[in-house]
Amino acid sequence: MSADLESAQHPETLRRVAIEPLSRVEGHGKVTLLLDENDHIRQVRLHIVEFRGFEKFIQGRPYWEAPVMVQRLCGICPVSHHLAASKAMDQIVGASQLTPTAEKLRRLMHHGQMLQSHALHFFHLSSPDLLFGFDSDVAKRNIVGVIEAYPEVAKQGVLLRKFGQEVIRLTAGKRVHGTGSVPGGVNKNLSREERDFLLKDIYQIIAWSRDAVQLARRLFEQNRELYNAFGRFEAHGLSLVRADGAMDLYHGGLRARDKGGETLFDHVNYDHYWERILEEVKPWSYMKFPYLRELGPEQGWYRVGPLTRVGLCDFIPTPFADQERRSFLAYDAGRAAGATLGTHWARMIEMLHSAEAIKELLHDNDLSGDALVVSGARQERGVGVIEAPRGTLIHHYRVDEDDVIVRANLIVSTTHNNQAMNEAIRQVARQYLDGRKLTEGLLNHIEVAIRAFDPCLSCATHALGKMPLVVELLDAEGATVDSLIRSVGCGER
Amino acid sequence: MNPPTLIIGIGNPSRGDDALGPLAIERLEALALPGVELLTDYQLQVEYALDLQGRERVIFIDAAASGPEPFAYGLVTAVEDASYSSHELSPGALLHAYQKLYGEPPPAWVMAIRGYGFGLGEGLTGQAAGNLEAALAAMMEVK
Repeated sequence: MSADLESAQHPETLRRVAIEPLSRVEGHGKVTLLLDENDHIRQVRLHIVEFRGFEKFIQGRPYWEAPVMVQRLCGICPVSHHLAASKAMDQIVGASQLTPTAEKLRRLMHHGQMLQSHALHFFHLSSPDLLFGFDSDVAKRNIVGVIEAYPEVAKQGVLLRKFGQEVIRLTAGKRVHGTGSVPGGVNKNLSREERDFLLKDIYQIIAWSRDAVQLARRLFEQNRELYNAFGRFEAHGLSLVRADGAMDLYHGGLRARDKGGETLFDHVNYDHYWERILEEVKPWSYMKFPYLRELGPEQGWYRVGPLTRVGLCDFIPTPFADQERRSFLAYDAGRAAGATLGTHWARMIEMLHSAEAIKELLHDNDLSGDALVVSGARQERGVGVIEAPRGTLIHHYRVDEDDVIVRANLIVSTTHNNQAMNEAIRQVARQYLDGRKLTEGLLNHIEVAIRAFDPCLSCATHALGKMPLVVELLDAEGATVDSLIRSVGCGER
Repeated sequence: MNPPTLIIGIGNPSRGDDALGPLAIERLEALALPGVELLTDYQLQVEYALDLQGRERVIFIDAAASGPEPFAYGLVTAVEDASYSSHELSPGALLHAYQKLYGEPPPAWVMAIRGYGFGLGEGLTGQAAGNLEAALAAMMEVK
């Protein structure tokens, strides 16, 4: 049982290996392995130095600033924070039902974000591992290697991401630091010229997205046994679903299913999420461990994100993506749908769904409507939940009578997946590292497992010289025996 | 037709001296320089290669956590570095990706303005503010 690897007996007698920080994983993450004298793995932990200043950063500001300010929490998924905060502030201003123009514009913005985020992850962060092999030549195992070996795939990745960014620019008003979504609605519609600008490329984007699903599928098929088994673990799942059970990445009720597929709760209003989800603190981690309240902290941890969403929904409301969902769930008697590396396939199905949803929205005349904002009876508390690229994202605020935010609580996708990522790397450590001399290729197996979740820990700054990649081998006393540093910078500095 | 000069300011405006890049862009915007396009973002990613197309020169402005004060300004060339494996590319890595995708990139420079504090919610430090002024003055001379 992988849970055995959470805490070793007599750790002072063991050798320690730290992978810090993780490459292709944003922000500050570190894995520590404790090994005995025969290189057997005794303890594996993923430590994430999560910045806990989010709430303090937001508290004390007027509520209407939140949708803009929260984008600065994370340079990787600012649109997800923008929309989650906006949904919470809809409740604060008493906007129980947005206008069709506002809701559809927000959905369009969200699908633009999903498309660009999933494209970046699959084509540029994961494809080097998947196309070349987890322990292939490290010098080749990067996006440049992909550009050289698979130039068309690499170019499609760039253009898919660019298209998603254009959708964001036109709906949020700016390429970054957008202001499009406001409490109670949006502050601009989509002009017909803007719509036509996006429409001219959308069919190509859908075609490339369909190809991407097939590429993800082929990679799985070519290495079926490896992909099925790699870092595999059983987990409960949590996501939003629409009232009719459809995948809905923007809004819905909470659905949770246990490891055996039994529904634990369904269509639960997220306004009182704390009645279903609690967070546990562990002394060795800065990041909390959420769990389902009814199952308790030991048994109640769960997984969120593409793999869970594709498996949990009853259908995907766009035709190509739903066809791919059914094919994915049926593949190998359903085993791919429970595989850690099946996440890449599921992620591409979601990307296809977003491309199709963008096309449908662009043909909807509501996008150019003039009714942009509504309001109602002012409330003290607002909760906004969205399915962000990496999983469920919760924003929760309390606002006083002077319109100032006095309390904020955020549970980001990567926090939901904290225990799940630990489970994945413990399985990988058992499968591939136990009893073997560690090499870069073997250590990369750990990163491959974490990368499947695309954790975004982007609370770090991005100044030049701030993010060296370090792998350290330490002895039992913590002294450095060996280290490898790859600095990040520009050639002439 | 793209304007011949592209200047990209990199950084998070709410993380102390990480705001140096976006603040520099704000100041340059006020000057309405002809033939210059200004962009800002939290970090560079591979799709910025598309923005580099058709340019005569590119300047990246970023905060530097270490290095010379008040700034270091220099030519940057295409280089394959470890930033390929993260959610952000270094300027040199972006040029390298451009080279592989589209051929020889336009000549590019980095203005690395020295910063000191990068905490969320912090303002610009006094020292960094001075460095920003020096960097902008130098850029005006280069222009």
